[in-house]
Amino acid sequence: MVGALASSVSVASSALLGAAEAAAEHGEHAAAVLNGPNSTLKLGWLVVALPFVGWLLTLFFGKRSPMRGAIYGVTALGAGLLISIAMFFQVAGGAAPYHQKFYTFDIGGYEVSTGFSFDSFTVMMFAVVTLISFLVHIYSLAYMKDEVRFTFFYATLSLFTGSMLLMVASDNLLQMFVGWELVGVCSYLLIGHYWEEKPNSSAAIKAFITTRIGDVGMMFGIFVLFFAAGTFDIGGINGLAASGGIKHGILLAGATLLFIGVIGKSAQFPLHVWLPDAMAGPTPVSALIHAATMVVAGIYLVARNFDVFRTAFALGPGGPANVVMIIGTITMLIAALLAMVQDDIKKVLAYSTVSQLGYMVAALGVGAWTAAVFHLFTHAMFKALLFLGSGSVIHAVHSNNMSDMGGLRKEMPVTFWTFLIGSAALAGVPGLAGFFSKDEILHFAFHNHYYAVFGVGLLTAALTALYMTRCVSLTFFGEFRGHGHPHESPRLMTVPLVVLAVLSVTVGSLNFWGMKGFGVWIAYAGEQHVAEFDVVAMLAGTAAGAIGILLGLWIYYWKKAPQGLLDRVAPFRWAHTLLMNKYYLDDLYIKGIVRPVQYSLSKVAYWINQKIIDGVVNGVGVMTRKALAEATYWLDQTVVDGFVNDVANEAGEAGGALRRIQTGKAQQYVAVAVVATAVLVIAVVWAVR
Amino acid sequence: MSAIETWALTLAVFLPAAGTLAILLVPKKQESAAKVTALIATGLALLAGIFIALRFDYSNSSSLQFETNVPWISAIGARYHIALDGISLPLVLLSLLVTFLCVIYSWKHFPEPHNPRVFLALVLLLETGMTGTFVAFDLILFFVFWELVLLPMYFLIGVWGGPNREYAAIKFFLYTLFGSAFMLIAFLAMYWKAGTFDIVELSLNNPGFAKSTALLVFGGLFLGFAIKVPMFPFHTWLPDAHTEAPTVGSVLLAAVLLKMGTYGFVRIALPVLPEAARSWAPWIGLLAVIGIIYASLCCFAQKDLKRLIAFSSVGHMGFVMLGIATLTPVGINAAIFGMVAHGLITGMLFFLTGSIHERYHTREIAELGGGMLKKLPILASLLAFISFASLGLPALAGFPGEFMSMLSAYNPAPGLSTGTFRTFMVVAGVGTVLVAGYFLWMLQRVNLGTVPERWESTEMHDVNGYEYAAWIPLILLTFICGVYPQIILGVTDGAVRGVTAAFGG
Repeated sequence: MVGALASSVSVASSALLGAAEAAAEHGEHAAAVLNGPNSTLKLGWLVVALPFVGWLLTLFFGKRSPMRGAIYGVTALGAGLLISIAMFFQVAGGAAPYHQKFYTFDIGGYEVSTGFSFDSFTVMMFAVVTLISFLVHIYSLAYMKDEVRFTFFYATLSLFTGSMLLMVASDNLLQMFVGWELVGVCSYLLIGHYWEEKPNSSAAIKAFITTRIGDVGMMFGIFVLFFAAGTFDIGGINGLAASGGIKHGILLAGATLLFIGVIGKSAQFPLHVWLPDAMAGPTPVSALIHAATMVVAGIYLVARNFDVFRTAFALGPGGPANVVMIIGTITMLIAALLAMVQDDIKKVLAYSTVSQLGYMVAALGVGAWTAAVFHLFTHAMFKALLFLGSGSVIHAVHSNNMSDMGGLRKEMPVTFWTFLIGSAALAGVPGLAGFFSKDEILHFAFHNHYYAVFGVGLLTAALTALYMTRCVSLTFFGEFRGHGHPHESPRLMTVPLVVLAVLSVTVGSLNFWGMKGFGVWIAYAGEQHVAEFDVVAMLAGTAAGAIGILLGLWIYYWKKAPQGLLDRVAPFRWAHTLLMNKYYLDDLYIKGIVRPVQYSLSKVAYWINQKIIDGVVNGVGVMTRKALAEATYWLDQTVVDGFVNDVANEAGEAGGALRRIQTGKAQQYVAVAVVATAVLVIAVVWAVR
Repeated sequence: MSAIETWALTLAVFLPAAGTLAILLVPKKQESAAKVTALIATGLALLAGIFIALRFDYSNSSSLQFETNVPWISAIGARYHIALDGISLPLVLLSLLVTFLCVIYSWKHFPEPHNPRVFLALVLLLETGMTGTFVAFDLILFFVFWELVLLPMYFLIGVWGGPNREYAAIKFFLYTLFGSAFMLIAFLAMYWKAGTFDIVELSLNNPGFAKSTALLVFGGLFLGFAIKVPMFPFHTWLPDAHTEAPTVGSVLLAAVLLKMGTYGFVRIALPVLPEAARSWAPWIGLLAVIGIIYASLCCFAQKDLKRLIAFSSVGHMGFVMLGIATLTPVGINAAIFGMVAHGLITGMLFFLTGSIHERYHTREIAELGGGMLKKLPILASLLAFISFASLGLPALAGFPGEFMSMLSAYNPAPGLSTGTFRTFMVVAGVGTVLVAGYFLWMLQRVNLGTVPERWESTEMHDVNGYEYAAWIPLILLTFICGVYPQIILGVTDGAVRGVTAAFGG
């Protein structure tokens, strides 16, 4: 029975891959599938393939299918989630990584192979992506029920999930880049879901172009590493980097270029500007793509190629400052500050995401691999929760603005309690998920003497607690300031919230000191391990969070803070203006780059084209025409005597037979040209003979 | 070799020309007979092409197959030498397929002044010229096919074109003719030196020109080919030709005609004059990347959808030429992949533009005014899909060629300056951002938003059967080539190695 299932699975897989090698390999291993030590890992390809199948089915048959096509995505992701959980337990039980090759092809002397690699890190990502995606699929059934293009939304959701999994599972940089770009286009499609309104489609374009700038850098990074290592294979490149097989300068160039891609995709300063605008998309999309999964692709890229980054930047205790660390540190602080002044609840969460991504990047920049990946994991849970919670609120009050909310804790108890748990987890309240992962990052930075990162990290932790307290106070406490009668969302939306809330409470303990489960399951071999516990770092982190929460309560809940500070104190006012204008970065990009390209440079180029380049062409044309006409006249009169006229007449008749649209002149020019060429050819051939 | 194999290639080339004669024999009134004749002629030619593809020895793609080599004009030693290898094959198939699809598309889409009989006769004649160019291995024969393309296209633009057709047609004709005159002189110079017009012989035993002469001769070839590609700054005929040409003319122009120029570099210029090619390569690379940026900027300034796509064509051919300029196997494989991909994608873009024009009776982006996804959802979705293919989205056909072209620029052939070519690579990379920019902006203005009032009451039909029939093959191939690039690279690689062997590395 098991064997039959296994062989049918293998047949299906090889049909899908369409490669003879894969068929042979699967044939050999058919018996081993499902009972080897890493048996479920061999089903990993199925997790990737299912959403793609779901996408095609939804796209072509969705409108005529049950649940308006959502059934395909829900089924594909449900099955994918189950397999991913099975895989998760298998790697937790110590299963060996599984490597699956598809086909190789040759691009002019270089062999390029495609394949999947399933190790504990990949499997963790699989679990996160399929879990959040599945919950978002369920949640959207209710959230998107009355929205336009429901079926297309589900199709794109599935395509996104498949592409994300493809990227995560890739064993080589080229294939990873393919997945990386495909998630980008899905992001574009979903941000612009409500494309009737121009700001939404503009936000989609902004996201695509901004990330593409990063992608070009990443592509060049791939080139550098490819020629240095002679392969796109991630294992091969990292092995060579770790063993010193790649010259340091080249490695540094490769890592820096790859990191430009991270800056784009993971919304790091100075390319973070697209992520807040991306909130134009439906809220479930923000939860899935712009909080939990796609934006962490950059973190994944660095973590996956960590030998390259570690060797290039000499990461580790006492290592020098590096671009990864600096960008991450700047990002976490500037984004946290921006989150302070937003009225749109989704933008608070968006800047918070940027800030937390900065945390992860900074962690990688100080060499804290496990801490960064762990934070990626916990953040996915509570940030998806917060976004879905905000969606629940938006669904109820029909506005994104917190100024239209307030007092919702009574009407929406499930949303309130789950949102509160998510906020507490994000703010780093001890015992919840965010506390553990954030603490590990601070701890690592402190212990390895990266005091700047540690200090900014603490400040950011306080700011995070502050803006989340503000957010919760404005949304759920005080008086309701909106219109109508908000009510709790349906089960389809609240159940995912509860699931994520439970996870936000529990997943932190996966890496509880002493248990160290996470760090053992998902470890990076080259990591510098530090002391398990540091009371200074932990107390400092907890204190920062506590200060932030208390300050937030003082200002927004108890309202004890002096009023009108912004009006009275000039530096506060300046700072507020600066933040409201997003540090003027958008203005700089739009006025400094985008508009000039769109409207000025393009006009100049086109003017050159029409007036100068084409002017020369036309000028030469006119002169040649005159010269040739005279020459022909001379030939006509003295040498050929009538021959040209005949040709011209014939051409004229041919044209006239079609339609008399041409002036006689035009036909003469053509005739002249034909004759001139003929004369030239004959003359030269004669000479050659 | 069986008789059918001996004749297969000749049939593929000349069946369309025979179709031209047949159509002209059809009485004037019988339009459908003319259409059926054209369909049969292009269909049979395509079948011959498929037969060749099936019998082609892919393990040996560098050697000439389906070869015919007989004396032709003995006075000058010109021979009827046709054959194909892994470089020719994809381009031949592209020409045969696209022309066939053009005939299907034309069924109900004849532009004014109608007259399908003559229109199709010209299209078929054009097909013989295009296909012949890709299989000719004699310089004189190559030249004849090359020039054969000019007249049908001249009439297609000049008779069935837009308001400014006359200017555009003459410009196309004279500009190309101007280039080919220099090309011909270069051919004759080779003949003079080496005593043969045979491309194979010339490639094996390069004419022993003095260095400066070789540079000049290459310059002649360059002018002929670069105008055809067209490369910046010789491109100004293309936007005019495209803007005025009827839909099918634009499709054939973009999908096939431009490739004759790039093919000329790969087939003749590089193998026959490798040393001169090395000296010229940095300059070709420079013009290629200038073209990418410059054409992309011009795209932002366009108000006419079709003219925008014409300029984007110039940019995309820049990537092809950058690949060729690296003189590496990766680069030339990239170039051929790029030629095929551009043929599929831009051909499709011109089809779509034609169909949009037919429905709206305008191509002004401002007048279309957005909301096409609401008005014509399938047509608009196809436009979005193919635009994404054109801006180089991975897993679609536009990506592998551009990726490999930039990859090859990172490591050009020995003797070429790495620093120079890496600079080109970076410039081309900036170009990919611009390409994404103008395509997404175009989509925003054409597809998205709400339907303007003036179109709301206008009844329009979405994609019809003939359009589906003509487009589905292109869409499927765009997808297949992107997901499984080996389908082209596996054919070209062997032959490309033969070309690049002279450049070492």
